[in-house]
Amino acid sequence: MARIRTKPDPQRYTFDGFGSAQYPNLMLLGAGDLDNWTLKAYRDKWGGYQSLGKALKMEPAAVTGEVKVSDLRGRGGAGFRTGLKWGFMPKDTPERKLTRYLVCNGDEGEPGTFKDRAILEYNPHQLIEGMIIAGWAMQCRLGFIYLRGEFGWLVDKLEAAIQQARDAGYLGKNIQGTGWDFDLLTYRGAGAYICGEETALLNSLEGRRGEPRVKPPFPAQAGAFGQPTTVNNVETLAAVPVILRMGGAQYARIGLPGNTGTRIYCLSGHVKRPGLYELPLGLPLDFIMNDLAGGSSTGRKIKAVIPGGASAPIFDAKDFDCPMDFDTVKARGSMAGSAGIIAMDEDTCMVRTLLRLTSFYAHESCGQCTPCREGCNWMEMILHRIEHGQGRPDDLALLASLPPRINMRTLCPLGDAACGPVESAMAKFRNEFEHHITHKECLCPARV
Amino acid sequence: MNHPLTPETGDTPLAPGMRLPLSQRTRLSPEAVAEIKAAAAKYPDRLAGTLPALYIAQREFGFISLAAMKEVAAALEVPEGHVYGVATFYTMFRKRPVGRFHLQVCTNVCCALNGAYELLRKAAEKTGAAPGEGPTGDGMWSLEEVECLASCGSAPCLQVNEAVYDEFVDEAGLEAILDACRRGDYSPWGE
Repeated sequence: MARIRTKPDPQRYTFDGFGSAQYPNLMLLGAGDLDNWTLKAYRDKWGGYQSLGKALKMEPAAVTGEVKVSDLRGRGGAGFRTGLKWGFMPKDTPERKLTRYLVCNGDEGEPGTFKDRAILEYNPHQLIEGMIIAGWAMQCRLGFIYLRGEFGWLVDKLEAAIQQARDAGYLGKNIQGTGWDFDLLTYRGAGAYICGEETALLNSLEGRRGEPRVKPPFPAQAGAFGQPTTVNNVETLAAVPVILRMGGAQYARIGLPGNTGTRIYCLSGHVKRPGLYELPLGLPLDFIMNDLAGGSSTGRKIKAVIPGGASAPIFDAKDFDCPMDFDTVKARGSMAGSAGIIAMDEDTCMVRTLLRLTSFYAHESCGQCTPCREGCNWMEMILHRIEHGQGRPDDLALLASLPPRINMRTLCPLGDAACGPVESAMAKFRNEFEHHITHKECLCPARV
Repeated sequence: MNHPLTPETGDTPLAPGMRLPLSQRTRLSPEAVAEIKAAAAKYPDRLAGTLPALYIAQREFGFISLAAMKEVAAALEVPEGHVYGVATFYTMFRKRPVGRFHLQVCTNVCCALNGAYELLRKAAEKTGAAPGEGPTGDGMWSLEEVECLASCGSAPCLQVNEAVYDEFVDEAGLEAILDACRRGDYSPWGE
């Protein structure tokens, strides 16, 4: 059964806020147009694969250099510098030829994030071109695109796009006469949030349980199938052709110094115009939320915002002026993460929201290390008790005692991710928790 | 090897019209075995074929029974315990049969803010399937609460088998989707 989606009106959310002269559209080219995924459209309409031609004429190290100049930071959540990461890949020596792999992380599972699927669905060739350029820069043998299991309906489309690239000679043996062989394979996960963590993803790619690995060795030393591997997010790789096209220095002028380029903000929750907004880094949260996304959809004031996907500590109204770049959001005590902005209005019960988030982490903990496996369950149980009117006076102290025992004591950041929302919600909305415990009922008539 | 969560194929009595489990199928078809071998050969190590192979087995058996796991292990020539470990780790490998139309409603934060629990309740009401409780008596529907489907911007959303409906699914939208399933506009589970 062909699963290529051909419905006329697939996503009724907005792709606004970009494509204007002020905020040029670099990655979400043709978003919303279901016919935009073909090689022909990408080449004819958007000048696709010109960056690849440029890159293949450059030395591989010079391509990495260009990405370093652009100061691109990973869009998956951690904001690690892409050029630096690429530089970690070991080079061939006269004695030893290495097999290097490139892996694209398309396990978009962070609640509040839905940007990668838009690139995959509407503009897959930009990702493919980015992967070929990255593969050339690091002289990789093979690239893998790991998609989350729920993206089964996207796999056929992506495979078709890869085949078009293969037919056009952009993939395969001796690409464009350079003597370099490279190909792309897709791999479908099967429903595990933890596989978004790079070493868990590598285990999953090898056909194992998606449990994070002990580091070191880092993926650049021993990644997929024991070989040197670089793992990059979909959006990061889709930015690479743009960097090659406009030049690293020009790209670095977009956004703020140290936080360059555009990223795709995912607006959801109680906003009038939810959707994807590709914007330069560093625009203030209230501008994105109120001016672009139209403010509250319910008519009630927005009380809290999760600024970077569900793992990010929650912001309250005093932080709504925060510029949305990696460094400032971090300085304000949260994280820019995967740019999933979730707005919640005044009537949203924070206890209930937090319980829902914590249940998610308790469910998705891979069970490998104790602090996360047990801690997330404990937090869920305590919150469940508070939410259901059985909270005890010392529950808040008990709940507060858990994050310090989980944070930074686990193999991967899932434990930390579970703690961020708990700590921030308890600090900023303590009255709601206390009200739940003393009055056995909720302060706000919530829908969550 | 036995596990309370994974009934053997053939043990469950089939309700009228129920497609799964197919009691005859305790073996993979030769085509499926060939497909599994071809899928595994694409990757540098045949162990990497485990996830694709389980998807193929799920299509063949309707769900991942113990028999399916053993067949996958045999086709890939990997230990049965490895396949069992992988199949039980990932939620998308169903260890129990599902209905012809498996409805998955996301109830994570973004969807919950926009009425996902209401949608879940309505879906349960209209289909008669209880969330997480296996298929209805006629084998038509099953309903499950799932985590984020990456459709937060068009919440609430639901997925029917493999097709995602991210169109602010309200009561009318849900009714239209269920009607289309009843009319047979969509392929049933596994096809």
